[in-house]
Amino acid sequence: MTDLAPAPARTRPSRRPSALLRGGRPGVVLAAGVLAVAVVACLLAPLLWPLDQSAVDLVRTRLAPSPEHLAGTDDLGRDVALRSLYGLRVSLLVGAVAALVATVIGGLVGAVAGTVGGRVDRALMRVVDTIAALPHLLLGIFIVAMLRPSLGAVIASIALTHWLSTARIVRSELLSLRSRPFIDAAISGGASRARVLTRHLLPHVLPRLALATTLMVPHAVWHETALSFLGLGLPPHLASIGNMINDGQRSLLTGAWWASIVPGLALVTVTLALAALTGRWRDRLDPRVRAELQL
Amino acid sequence: MTTKAPTPVRRRRLAGAGVVIRRRLLVAVPVLAATSMGMFALGAASPIDPAQQYAGAAAFTTTEENLAQLRANWGVDDPLPVQYARWVGNLLRGDLGWSTSRHEPVTSVLAARAGWTLLLVGAALALVLVASVLLGTLAAYRRGGWFDRALRATAYAVQSMPVFWIGLAAIALFALTLGWLPAGGLTDLTATGTAPADVARHLVLPVTVLAISQAPWFVLFVRDAVAESLRDDHVLAARARGLPGRTVLFGHALRTALLPFLTLVGTHLPELVGGAVLVETVFSLPGLGAVTVQAALGADFPLLAATTLATTVVVLTANLATDLGYAAADPRVRLDD
Repeated sequence: MTDLAPAPARTRPSRRPSALLRGGRPGVVLAAGVLAVAVVACLLAPLLWPLDQSAVDLVRTRLAPSPEHLAGTDDLGRDVALRSLYGLRVSLLVGAVAALVATVIGGLVGAVAGTVGGRVDRALMRVVDTIAALPHLLLGIFIVAMLRPSLGAVIASIALTHWLSTARIVRSELLSLRSRPFIDAAISGGASRARVLTRHLLPHVLPRLALATTLMVPHAVWHETALSFLGLGLPPHLASIGNMINDGQRSLLTGAWWASIVPGLALVTVTLALAALTGRWRDRLDPRVRAELQL
Repeated sequence: MTTKAPTPVRRRRLAGAGVVIRRRLLVAVPVLAATSMGMFALGAASPIDPAQQYAGAAAFTTTEENLAQLRANWGVDDPLPVQYARWVGNLLRGDLGWSTSRHEPVTSVLAARAGWTLLLVGAALALVLVASVLLGTLAAYRRGGWFDRALRATAYAVQSMPVFWIGLAAIALFALTLGWLPAGGLTDLTATGTAPADVARHLVLPVTVLAISQAPWFVLFVRDAVAESLRDDHVLAARARGLPGRTVLFGHALRTALLPFLTLVGTHLPELVGGAVLVETVFSLPGLGAVTVQAALGADFPLLAATTLATTVVVLTANLATDLGYAAADPRVRLDD
């Protein structure tokens, strides 16, 4: 505060996701690299290693990690590294779809609350506060238990417990936009309600919505993993990381720790990279809010 | 700051408590009603036929007449509002229903198991609070130093680790490889009762794992809050008066930073409960969380609804308690406005 040198002119940070890497610290580049490798490996896995990942080999069960099986084999003789890759595919896909569904629910509720206002707004926000006060894992377990474990039930369980933050973000964004002069200008210029919504409000809300969705993906993945671990998640033929950790418990107790620990490690690495990148994206979009993750 | 607050002022701090409690109850009742209604609607939408569930394997040989008689006895074909009113009426009279997965009344399941869950959550919370205050303050004191950076990196990494995965890793390392601690259960298999020493030894791993999984939020919060308050005027003033570093850090900076901490504890309670469910499952502890999972696997509506509603009541009460505690601790917060 004491030096009298003029503050360096600060350029406005770009809002495009591609600008994240420019001038980034090494941690960010590392996170992007990890994520890129993981996504490419997941996408190409069926082409590169077209081995039937559910193939059972009862002769080679619980083999320790070796050059042939990088992460060993599980109690049914399946390669843990390859299954982790396939499990990651399922986990990330389910997490992304569930985050999208949650964003749609939250976006609609937030849009109604933010544009209609008044009593409707208060009632909707009271509902949001109510659900936010509940332990969301218990609520998720309850939803899956009643709908019976299946792909649809897991997505419903994630979406119904994770839409709250999106609704709050969209509502508060709309409320602050409504009082801005350019909206008044548009209305006094004769713009219809629909035109104000689609041409003036939506372009401002969309980047936030995209960010909220991406930020939600790791949380959705963790929720799915917890449900699958408890045996309340995806059916066995859709083996996700959670199912693998659950299956691996049997091997773990006989000393073959890799069957549970390796799939979890894969998940932790990818979600950590994802959370770090989205955190940086949020820093760019809204420098006032500090990221959950800083690298 | 230097003069002692006279007693009347202190008393006025909680003057609005009654009003706040009454206002919170006015909110809590609709919240619980809405929650129970939502849960009941989900239960009704469930594809499970309670009569067949009750009969179990015998359902294959039971005649349709007998099943119909069961349904008529329970009134499960009555209109939903009637069923809901009956269920809530029973709940209010203290009859929580019959657990179909445990084959005993829900109240006796809760009575036998709630204590272990409270012990697990309470011990983990105590450990988290002590550890995060110590580690967070140390990190803030040497902001940007190697300890600060290492602690923050660890905290961010732990945030993305599922608690049950940490639990399994701990079992593999400390129970199976090193053999220091038991891998699960509440007592040794040969034990006839619950001797405190035996239970304590079995709870070391679960409590530590639950505490570690929740610690990042608390550690980072304390670190940021103390770092912030180290720049406050009153801390500068304390330094300028030449007070020793430790006094300034713990007596001045930490004290002001700790107030918002109460709110964090309140908002993080649901997370802690969710973590307890998973930890109890990993370590085969006979708590409410493990029984909730079994109930969910068996679609046991009465037990699931009871545990979910009971947890909601506990969380709402704890939130009220933290708000009152905040008002009691911070003279700037007034309850009566």
